Amino acid sequence: MEGIMVSLYIFVLAIFVGFELITKVPPLLHTPLMSGSNAISGITIVGALISAGAGHSQIAKILGLLAVITATINVVGGYMVTDRMLEMFKKDKKPNKKQGAA
Amino acid sequence: MTILTELTYLVAAILFILGLKYLGSPKTARKGNFLSMLGMLLAIVVTLLDKEILDFTYIIAGIVIGAAIGAYAARKVEMTAMPQMVALFNGFGGAASALVAYSEYIRSGAQMTTDVSVTLVLSLLIGVVTFVGSVVAYAKLQGLITGAPVTFPGQKFANGILLIGALVLGGFFVYNPSVETFLLVIIGLAAILGITSVIPIGGADMPVVISLLNSYSGLAAAMTGFVLSNNVLIISGALVGASGIILTNIMCKAMNRSLANVLFGAVGTDGSSGTGGARKDKSEVAQYTAEDAATVFEAAQSVIIVPGYGLAVAQAQHVLHELDQLLTQKGIEVKYAIHPVAGRMPGHMNVLLAEADVPYDMLYEMDQINDEFQNTDVALVIGANDVINPAARTDPNSPLYGMPILNVDKARTVMIIKRSLSPGFAGVDNELFYDPKTMMLFGDAKEMVTELIKELKNL
Repeated sequence: MEGIMVSLYIFVLAIFVGFELITKVPPLLHTPLMSGSNAISGITIVGALISAGAGHSQIAKILGLLAVITATINVVGGYMVTDRMLEMFKKDKKPNKKQGAA
Repeated sequence: MTILTELTYLVAAILFILGLKYLGSPKTARKGNFLSMLGMLLAIVVTLLDKEILDFTYIIAGIVIGAAIGAYAARKVEMTAMPQMVALFNGFGGAASALVAYSEYIRSGAQMTTDVSVTLVLSLLIGVVTFVGSVVAYAKLQGLITGAPVTFPGQKFANGILLIGALVLGGFFVYNPSVETFLLVIIGLAAILGITSVIPIGGADMPVVISLLNSYSGLAAAMTGFVLSNNVLIISGALVGASGIILTNIMCKAMNRSLANVLFGAVGTDGSSGTGGARKDKSEVAQYTAEDAATVFEAAQSVIIVPGYGLAVAQAQHVLHELDQLLTQKGIEVKYAIHPVAGRMPGHMNVLLAEADVPYDMLYEMDQINDEFQNTDVALVIGANDVINPAARTDPNSPLYGMPILNVDKARTVMIIKRSLSPGFAGVDNELFYDPKTMMLFGDAKEMVTELIKELKNL
């Protein structure tokens, strides 16, 4: 039971850290925040990799494969789309500088 | 897990936290996302070194397929379609957590301690609700199914029964983890709950639902972390869960509604929820042309543009930026006012305008700009309705009453580009349309703005 209590402490403290960090994110960036934090929740991939590779039973491996696919979509897609969005946010007051075709 | 793995996971968790911290400013946000990415990469690489992994076939196959789909979707998605994309990614996160938890159950051969079985049930329940709910939200936003609330009698009751049923079965499972059927039935109930809890939610309430599903996907990951005794999952899941909850809360406040009201209220079911005042017909509305509007702009010194979901629908963000540049060239001060729930997800309008190269220092939050409307010559409203409806301030009978709105009605002239006189999502008529100082410009947002630009250039 000791292990679970430590984990529970970690969980609760991490939620507080999350609250502190996220309240400082301006509404301007709320969409990238969602896609970026969503990519972080793809961390389940580390569990998925073990399930898919540990070879206990065929069913466990197939579930693991599906988990790897969905988690990878989440991670790769989430980070890429976040980067694509953040790249677009510019402060530039002089819009003629390096404006590619919209 | 070896000590190396554990320490690397700790580094990954630190990088995630720093990544979120750097998201606090648009200047450092990209770096933050990169740090977070690095954390993920480290966690994945060190996991692949794990001795437990005997066979890489499925791993490689899964990563290749997943990366291809994810990269394709991320590159191709239109900024206007970002809400459904994020909804879908949330769903995949939830699905992955549930799949890992179930796979762990099979692996353990039903030999598990109480804390593992409890979190296993929660991981499956939250993960499946997230997945199915997100798919429904995606279908609604993508227009595959109706965006209007779908309700049936006893819906809340049914949802309550489903949830309680799943939890009771979860209790049975914890008591006797060898009965796999319990888990399968819980998955089934969670899937139904995912459908029935999202279909009654209408389009304009989507920002709340997407935020909530975002939070769920984090919680599902955290629960899976408990199942696997893996702290990096617990920390990451908790961070994402907290993030989703905060966004949900901000969205609810911006609509002056409780979360329960959004989830169960099904606002906008039909038009009958409108105000007591009789609807006036279109003939009483002062309708203007782009030429009239251009003349007014010519005399103006300050303009505030208020974008709404209609901007996204019409894909008018690029021409709108052309307009604001043209106005700026004419010496007019142009600002954008962004309501927190404008669009279909938090920050939706900001991303659209950023895509069109509108500098972000022209975008103002509601609280920053609301006092400026009274000193503004023209408020130009594009595809927004409920967020500018003065009934929210004045009419206690209106369903919008109490919702913070942009003070568009305080501006000297109000221009509203709108397809028709149809009421907004909440089914409430907007008295501002009939105000003598309001100029209604009927038409598609993109075409009307293009016409405005043409007229302004001709002047």
